[in-house]
Amino acid sequence: MVSMQVVENVAVKLLQLAVTELPQDVKDALQRAHREEDTQVGKSQLKAILDNIDLAEKTSAPMCQDTGVIIFYVKAGSKLDGIDKIEDALRKATIRATKQVPLRPNAVNPFTQKNTSDNTGRHIPYIHWEIVPGDTLELTVLPKGGGSENVSALGMLSPSQGTNALKKFVIDTIINAGAKPCPPTILGIAVGGGADIAMNLAKQTLLKPLNQPNPDPELAKLEQELREAANSTGIGPMGLGGKTTVLDVKIDYAYRHPASYPVAIVVQCWAARRASAKIYSNEKIEYISHKVN
Amino acid sequence: MTTYPLRTPISEKDVRKLVVNDTIYLTGTIVTARDSAHKKALDLHKNGKQLPLNLEGLAVFHCGPIVKKENHEWNVLAAGPTTSTRMEPFEDDFIKNFKVRVVIGKGGMGKKTVDAMKHYGAVYGAFTGGAAVLAAKAIKQVKGVEWTDLGMPEAMWILDVENFGPLTVAIDTHGNNLFQTIQTKAETKKQKIYKTLGF
Ligand code: SF4
Repeated sequence: MVSMQVVENVAVKLLQLAVTELPQDVKDALQRAHREEDTQVGKSQLKAILDNIDLAEKTSAPMCQDTGVIIFYVKAGSKLDGIDKIEDALRKATIRATKQVPLRPNAVNPFTQKNTSDNTGRHIPYIHWEIVPGDTLELTVLPKGGGSENVSALGMLSPSQGTNALKKFVIDTIINAGAKPCPPTILGIAVGGGADIAMNLAKQTLLKPLNQPNPDPELAKLEQELREAANSTGIGPMGLGGKTTVLDVKIDYAYRHPASYPVAIVVQCWAARRASAKIYSNEKIEYISHKVN
Repeated sequence: MTTYPLRTPISEKDVRKLVVNDTIYLTGTIVTARDSAHKKALDLHKNGKQLPLNLEGLAVFHCGPIVKKENHEWNVLAAGPTTSTRMEPFEDDFIKNFKVRVVIGKGGMGKKTVDAMKHYGAVYGAFTGGAAVLAAKAIKQVKGVEWTDLGMPEAMWILDVENFGPLTVAIDTHGNNLFQTIQTKAETKKQKIYKTLGF
């Protein structure tokens, strides 16, 4: 039996971990980019990012002032008791973490422009559910920054042009984005399904560690091709020029309607924050994305 | 590509030595201002009123900091730059009227600002987007805060900084705009990239 107090505590911890400490794979990718960067300006921007990450971790401060909109991905075991109470626990955790960490209040009513000041509101935190076999609960939090979200794009492309249209759309999107999403970025891309399905899958690819190549060799090849093409734009760290415009490209897909070719691109900034943990039925907690003593 | 430590107040002569791609580290006084503070300052000026502080030779930082009052003292927890394009409608008049020598932000600015920088002598220093803790660390003291009626992030924070940077000079007094150059280069590469991708 997992108590909701434990769920809430773990969610608060995940929020704190996510905004103060990047997962090792993201840190590794940024360090590699810094090593390989050959422009002086690009190198100094990446160095500033690495110094900032280090300071944030040491002082337990949010690495960026924009602590994002809070999204939870929940994998709930079908035999778990109290699934209906998890949402409430995650909302409480968000309110608590907003005060405790602190997080910037980022939930605004789109009509009245009123900020709730606790990061909750209609559909926020957004909770994405998946029911899996067993009795464990896996929680992942993705605090998503606004600057990078603002250049995300959906293209309802022409099916007759296939992957060429996709490639063009990706390159055009990254060039239009320029300095805005705080590059180097990570591109989460998904094709097919429908407008909402593609967007959703694209965002979910951002949960995958950067050091894991796509298990589908064709997609792995396409990811590499797009990564190299995006980096050849020379936009570079912070749009000031350099080798690394994207750290990685992640692709997923769903089968599509014969008449549709939706391509979704979700852009994630260098502050690619995420944190996950598994709670077992005996309330043992295993942190997946971060080392926790 | 030279690195300069600069101390406020910065002279017009010193700022005219800088070129794009240079790096600067600022020590001295900087003030934060987002769109509403820019507007307020310009309104005061138009009505012949004085600003609470003479900005000549100082730097203006596009930033809405996270601040906390501890033992009666303000402490800046996070102070990353905000997107500068929002200040584009005001920046040319701001530079002209108040003679700030450095504008700090992220993402760069447009033609009106580039022209004003060339004419009146100021540069744009790009601070790493999101690097809020690094910025906060360089802030030694909050010297004051004005216009709190605008809200905490929108208020004008007067900050004492030490080696604030790295700031990449992205617009200089010679009419160069690094963001624009990089963006134009990427646009011209587009066709070549399409070809590499096989179409
Ligand atoms: S885009 Fe990312 S790094 Fe840049 S300010 Fe927004 S959340 Fe921070």
